Amino acid sequence: MNIRELRKVYLREEKTTFCPGCGYEIFINCFLRAVEKLGKKLDDYTFTAGIGCSAWVPNNYFRADNFHTAHGRAIPAAIGLKSANPDLEVVTIGGDGDIASIGGNHLIHAIRKNVSIAVFCLNNFIYGMTGGQVGPTTPLKSKTSTTTEGNLEEPFDLVRLVLSVGGKHASRYPTSYPHLLVKGVESMLLSPGFRFMEVVSQCPRQYGLRNEIPTASSMLAWQKRHYVSKEKARALNSGKLEGRIVFGNFRSLKEYLGFLPEEE
Amino acid sequence: MQHRISIDHLLCRGCNLCLEVCPKEIFQDSAVIGSGGFRLKQVVSPEKCTGCGLCELCCPGAISLDCLPDEVFATILAGRESRRTQSQSRGGWKEVKSLLQPGRYFMTGNDAIVEAALAVGCRFFSGYPITPANEILEGMARRLKEVGGKFIQAEDEIASIFMVLGASWAGLKALTATAGPGFALMQEGLSLADMAEVPCVVINVQRAGPSTGQATRPAAMDMREARYGSHGGVERIVLYPESVQEVLDLTIEAFNMAERFRTPVILLSDGYLSHLSEKVELSEHIRVYDRIYVPGKPAFGPTPDFSAPSMPRFGDGENVGVTGSTHDRFGKRATADPSVQESLVFHLDRKILEHREELTDCEELFLEDAETAVVAFGTVGRSAKWAVKEARRLGKPVGLLRPRIVYPFPSLRVRELAGAVRKFVVPEMNQGQMFHVVSEKVSREVVSLPQPNGQIIDPRRILRYLIEGVW
Repeated sequence: MNIRELRKVYLREEKTTFCPGCGYEIFINCFLRAVEKLGKKLDDYTFTAGIGCSAWVPNNYFRADNFHTAHGRAIPAAIGLKSANPDLEVVTIGGDGDIASIGGNHLIHAIRKNVSIAVFCLNNFIYGMTGGQVGPTTPLKSKTSTTTEGNLEEPFDLVRLVLSVGGKHASRYPTSYPHLLVKGVESMLLSPGFRFMEVVSQCPRQYGLRNEIPTASSMLAWQKRHYVSKEKARALNSGKLEGRIVFGNFRSLKEYLGFLPEEE
Repeated sequence: MQHRISIDHLLCRGCNLCLEVCPKEIFQDSAVIGSGGFRLKQVVSPEKCTGCGLCELCCPGAISLDCLPDEVFATILAGRESRRTQSQSRGGWKEVKSLLQPGRYFMTGNDAIVEAALAVGCRFFSGYPITPANEILEGMARRLKEVGGKFIQAEDEIASIFMVLGASWAGLKALTATAGPGFALMQEGLSLADMAEVPCVVINVQRAGPSTGQATRPAAMDMREARYGSHGGVERIVLYPESVQEVLDLTIEAFNMAERFRTPVILLSDGYLSHLSEKVELSEHIRVYDRIYVPGKPAFGPTPDFSAPSMPRFGDGENVGVTGSTHDRFGKRATADPSVQESLVFHLDRKILEHREELTDCEELFLEDAETAVVAFGTVGRSAKWAVKEARRLGKPVGLLRPRIVYPFPSLRVRELAGAVRKFVVPEMNQGQMFHVVSEKVSREVVSLPQPNGQIIDPRRILRYLIEGVW
């Protein structure tokens, strides 16, 4: 099936309410494509979500069992579902505020418990639905509605966070590389144990407009300048890597740290 | 191979990503401006297309690349609805055998909760250590294993309640237990349980507060919080037993009510009842209610007869969307519709209030000819019972009303009494919480007898008040 057909079959509504150019559309498409490639159906999975634009992905649109919980609580609900019925394939879809801020404690404990769920953190660097406030992953100096002169707080590196508390499957894929994102989602859905993916997504309306990358295409171009796959990164020397963020699937902190500039 | 590309202009948002991502620059702006206020896209050189699919992966469904033949796609579309795995209805009353040997036992209030929960079919517990509820957590950790249930010690009470809600949607009867500070953290999840109609039982072993207060001492300081603590504040069922035997019986009742009305049920206990060891009688058979599921029926209210809607499990193939946002009967969000919101909230209230008569359960003593009625709950009710009996022996026309079901508050019974008695007296292990509830209902004199000192109320103190009028 092509994407339009997949969307007709698996989405509750053909027309979504995301802003024009929203990266979550790319995530939906890649997710559906990955499910199809695995020979599965969307309703073979059950979903939990928190609050925010990210929660609309499964709750408003996915034609599958899904639980739209409170802000940040998607992971505990997923743990409840999975342990009550281990036959369920539980997928959690949250935003950066959801998973890394209000639900940050649930995230690290789910990793420690190594519950077999797949957690997707749709990271658009900002609280989109509430009007563009600074979030736990907002880059330094970024302008948001609550940091009008630029963000002064160091953002979380979610992949590093997950790996450093013992995660065995932490991946990061930007929406600017949809085919790689499809592969990443496939691996997320197939692997055992706790799996985490940071989906670096664009929010042209709330983040882009405030930070001089006002269109979806300029945000994707910005992603391509800033993100480099781990395969490419291996070929680059460390000088060229500086300031760029590596994406791909990482199995250990040691592997991931190899791509980071050395710290003093 | 030539690829067939088409664009549905109704679904195009004008984000221009197709122009950007196509490596062959197949897409272009046309001269036509559509209803969205942007230039409609057109395909200019389809022969260059390599079929890489980047355009459709980035598009909100407007671009189609190589559609399936219509008849093939029609069969796929038709097949999407036919996944229901359970075609049989389930649920309702049944009788089960007690897990423990029937007979007499000597156990604490907390242990009674564990045994009752297991007997009624609870197979999931998630909790966080807090005094004086710890023995429930420990008991569940030990006993659930033996019956094939799931136990999780969560990172906090917020996670506990949300795990309980998740487990409930997976089809298990689920329980959590906590005390004041943890109960406050659970209000967020309880509010979701109200809205999404998730059956679960929460034990609140009350201790003296506010805040950490006296963690090991009994109190009844969450009487109002249990009912009104959550945002939204719809009707709740709240129970408060007086003895270990009643703890056992009401825990079973709590699960049955949660399943029948598809609502969270709060069982209040306190620092005294939790550690009090008493004789209890276990019967051989227990009446148990399991939530109703009828395939294909809408999973949410409002229902025409104010009954609980059918509740599928995740995995039944109903593709149910559960949300705490305002939703219609099929779970679809409808957050802008005032009539959906209003009928949903009234449904949540009325599915409990319409069963008010059977949800009235009071112990009554000497009320036929009483001039003063003592209204007391739980542990205090037990003290009051002794005091009322003694006062009667001394010739005072007093009676006792002890609601086992605190909420929905037995307003009808209290109003009825108001026609006969002159005065209501409300002794409480707090500063007078239920006093206000009683006052609201009657136009008689209502006296508050508060004792927020972390001690159970000495029956002699109540007796002294009844005889001498001194508190």
